[in-house]
Amino acid sequence: MKKNDWFLAAGILAAAALLLCFQIFRGTGDHASVTVSVDGTLFGTYSLEEDRTVEINDTNRLVISDGSARMEWADCPDQVCVNHREVSRDGESIICLPNQVVVSIESMEESDVDGIAQ
Amino acid sequence: MKNRAAYFGVFTALALIFSYVETLIPINFGIPGVKLGLANLVIVMVLYKTDFKEALLLSVARVILAGFIFGNLFSILYSLAGGVLSLIVMNALRCRKSFSVIGVSIAGGVSHNIGQLIVAMLVVETYQVGYYLPVLLIAGTLTGAVIGIVCREVLKRVEDVRFV
Repeated sequence: MKKNDWFLAAGILAAAALLLCFQIFRGTGDHASVTVSVDGTLFGTYSLEEDRTVEINDTNRLVISDGSARMEWADCPDQVCVNHREVSRDGESIICLPNQVVVSIESMEESDVDGIAQ
Repeated sequence: MKNRAAYFGVFTALALIFSYVETLIPINFGIPGVKLGLANLVIVMVLYKTDFKEALLLSVARVILAGFIFGNLFSILYSLAGGVLSLIVMNALRCRKSFSVIGVSIAGGVSHNIGQLIVAMLVVETYQVGYYLPVLLIAGTLTGAVIGIVCREVLKRVEDVRFV
């Protein structure tokens, strides 16, 4: 194993750690909402505070409870999205690739800042 | 040169077997989609023992065959992007001579994951998938290192075997 190998591995891990820290510390906004999109187009936006169940095109079922969202059921064979942990922080998402469903958490506060910046 | 086709067949079969073995291993790294990439062992070996063209052909053949047997059209698309990108990166690093096979394999593992992530972004038309990047970077480094260490040991033992 050469010196450069260690540099490469350390560099990649450092970049990963940096990205992870960035994601964790960005935290959750108070007024976070859940955005569901299918095939790139918006399906619906729901509040994270309000407990409810969302049927997405008979292919997926999303459950929002206790301030977090999780995929309860999907008709795809791999069930990756169903096994995904529940999401609550801004920027987190659950993705079902076979059905092209993307569930993502968006903080209202952050979009305000974006609006000013524009 | 006359044995080229025969060796290519053997390597393709080996890569397919590894793909199959991988589906049998119940190792779950706790993250959906992360796997060891055993078949890359054969790809890296061929890259070192023959040349880039041979390895690329093997990689593409392996992905398409394994995709039809164990996966679906989507998994072929993802694996193809990852496989081709990782091979290009690995070849570039190998030619620079300043990295050992372990470093090359780590770069291959990471770029494989990045290639798949890029396709995922294009398919679902969202950048949210990028949230997965740090996890995939770490996973790629670890699996790449494991494959690289095994590859180094194998290469030591087949040093005087010539495939071309």
